[in-house]
Amino acid sequence: MYTNKFGRHMLGLCSRKPAAVCGVVRRAAGRSGFSWTAVCQQRTLWLQRSGFLEKEKRAVIRQTGSRSASQTTVDPSELKRFQSLASKWWDEQGEFAALHAMNDLRVPFIRDNLLNVHRARHPGKPLAGLRILDVGCGGGLLTEPLGRLGAKVLGIDPVENSIGTAQLHSSYDPDLREQVSYQVCTLEDLSGEEEGGKEEQGAAQFDAVVASEVVEHLADLETFAFCCSSVLKPGGSLFITTINKTNLSYALGIIVAEQILRIVPSGTHDWEKFISPEELERLLESNGFSVQSVQGMLYNSLSGAWSWTNSTAINYALHAVKLEDSAEDSSSHPEDHTAASHS
Amino acid sequence: MMHKLTKAPLALNGLGRCFITEKHVSAVKIIRRELVVAQHESDSGKNEVYDVIISGGGMVGSAMACSLGMDPNLTGKKILLLEAGNKKVMDKVPNAYSTRVSSISPGSATLLSGIGAWEHITQMRCKPYKKMQVWDACSDALITFDKENLQDEMAYIVENDIVVAALTKQLDSLSDNVQVKYRSKVVKYTWPMPHQAADSIPWVQVTLANGETLQTKLLIGADGPNSMVRQKLGIPTVKWNYDQSAVVAVLHLSEPTENNVAWQRFLPTGPIAMLPLSDTESSLVWSTSHRLAEELLELDEESFVDAINSAFWNNENQSELIETAGSMFRGALSAIMPSAGSPRQLPPSVAGIGPKTRVMFPLGMGHASEYIRHRVALIGDAAHRVHPLAGQGANLGFGDVACLTQLLSQAAFNGKDLGAIQHLLEYETERQRHNLPMMAAIDLMKRLYSTNAAPVVLLRTFGLQATNMLPALKEQIMAFASK
Repeated sequence: MYTNKFGRHMLGLCSRKPAAVCGVVRRAAGRSGFSWTAVCQQRTLWLQRSGFLEKEKRAVIRQTGSRSASQTTVDPSELKRFQSLASKWWDEQGEFAALHAMNDLRVPFIRDNLLNVHRARHPGKPLAGLRILDVGCGGGLLTEPLGRLGAKVLGIDPVENSIGTAQLHSSYDPDLREQVSYQVCTLEDLSGEEEGGKEEQGAAQFDAVVASEVVEHLADLETFAFCCSSVLKPGGSLFITTINKTNLSYALGIIVAEQILRIVPSGTHDWEKFISPEELERLLESNGFSVQSVQGMLYNSLSGAWSWTNSTAINYALHAVKLEDSAEDSSSHPEDHTAASHS
Repeated sequence: MMHKLTKAPLALNGLGRCFITEKHVSAVKIIRRELVVAQHESDSGKNEVYDVIISGGGMVGSAMACSLGMDPNLTGKKILLLEAGNKKVMDKVPNAYSTRVSSISPGSATLLSGIGAWEHITQMRCKPYKKMQVWDACSDALITFDKENLQDEMAYIVENDIVVAALTKQLDSLSDNVQVKYRSKVVKYTWPMPHQAADSIPWVQVTLANGETLQTKLLIGADGPNSMVRQKLGIPTVKWNYDQSAVVAVLHLSEPTENNVAWQRFLPTGPIAMLPLSDTESSLVWSTSHRLAEELLELDEESFVDAINSAFWNNENQSELIETAGSMFRGALSAIMPSAGSPRQLPPSVAGIGPKTRVMFPLGMGHASEYIRHRVALIGDAAHRVHPLAGQGANLGFGDVACLTQLLSQAAFNGKDLGAIQHLLEYETERQRHNLPMMAAIDLMKRLYSTNAAPVVLLRTFGLQATNMLPALKEQIMAFASK
């Protein structure tokens, strides 16, 4: 796609030595600041233009009520696959057992990283006062725990049945009713709206965006990263969990998990869409993020439990922070010297 | 884009229709779904959903309520304690001691202190003891337990009423977090389906005698050895009645003494124990056959006192064979470990009993094969019931409280639904691993000491003497019992 080529061209201009990433990587904020400002501005303009075109197209599609709108980041075949699984979301021993178990890792990961920035003021509700967007929320498996921790969470997913399941499940719990809400849309829809209605809805900005087990199903990651940036407050956090693109992840993640052990329904993942942490990091940093940590995750199918691990060869979690606009300029000067010495 | 969830009922309505058109369901189902939605609307205002309801306000249930109410991760959760009896307030500690007492281990004391109840207990009344002597009636084997140099307390004897009153006082101070309903008897429980069906309430429903129905995400059953929660769940329980009843009384000692030793003698008919309450009074727990227990209750005070003294002091159960064998063992063992072993002491003699304090109750053993179900957990005697010979019944219950609180706290901090099965399973595994060996040991002790057949007596004599000479082993036993 044109977007991808453009992005890669830009990346090629300012090449960086990909650091060997294995295990936890801590990056100083603002490292990728200096040369990207111009690039970002250019791209913003370009994408805005294409975004508006998309918006018109979407507006027409929405009126006709079709669910296959906004194809920019979502693969249509992926949509079909999830529709059939929608009602099985909340069976903890069912098809999505591994996702349920993953909450033991991803909820603390999100909670602790957010608490580092926003000190908890309410005991019992550590994330109170924060607004979180859960992209690709599915049946709400991750949305609900975050809501219980006090955050106001918006879960979005292009599959209407999943959103229906999520809404129904959360409607029974009076504590969740005020905390979580759901919408059938994609991230572009949301960020498109935000741009349009920014003046009235100044509050339509999120403290954190969570995209767990989502990026390996997307067609266009550049736009995804850009949209994440546009819906996040400056300094806001982006949490991604996804699968690495390695031989090991093909062997274990696809052959073993899907075909032999059937931990994951067959055909869920396409190895081509997996992305390595290095590439994801590059992508994010080119979109104004600073990656704070990357941590490998391992699933033990015997015990049905996840654990943190040093190797990011299969699954990993990533935390990035959207750079503040003011920080970009102030931190750019020291970076000038370091970048100059690299190139 | 409107996504406010005040419009949830409407969304559900729309949702219902969406499902229906896909599945071509009959008209009846359509009506039923809409009725459910209607009920949902009216219910959502009236029936709040509690996060935790604890059924049973005894020592363990009240401790659970306090423990949850004081946990910082559970702030803001709605917790309710249901107790069928009246509120037990104790403004002034009565002069007379009450009959039912418990031995509180250091581990339980730590829990009670953590929830702020231990302070009230020590202000009211409790008796620490430093040493325990356990000996056989059929031989002169004995074993003593004590902490190094008799400095620290081994455990505490506290009247059950005082524990409950202290916990009640603490609950009063936690009224923001924990609600208590007294005189609330539960008449019915309605269990939720494990997998959420579209038109059923996913919570446990508790119906009270006054007609009120409450809903909760987690039900904790703390309703004693004949637990209704356990019965209604149909949890298979391994249980048998010992052919014994316990006679309890408050004893007045002949003369004041330092009284910091707990005494237990194994008679062939069952163990008799004297637990210190104060310098002048002790508590009697005499487990014996039903017939003997009834006879003991009918004796006049003087004869009863004589029976007690004789049970502790009398040596008529010892045959010459056993005596010789016993001293031989002791000789052999002291050759191996000369410094170990302890001199036998005799318990204080009894002069009288507290008026109207003689009671008896039947003894049995019970163990629920499962402590948990979907959205339910059992704690205390509802899950496990033991013989009082080891003074562990209450302590096992407090151990359950500590474990379950810690797991629920962690679950809440991870944003989990408190009734989710994962952490409940962890509770069950951890506690069964601890409780089962303890219960097996207690049962074994009871059976081992229920006979005066020579071979068994010799075996247990040797075993007891040997154990008495191994401080490391004794320490292990004490550590296990103190948790």
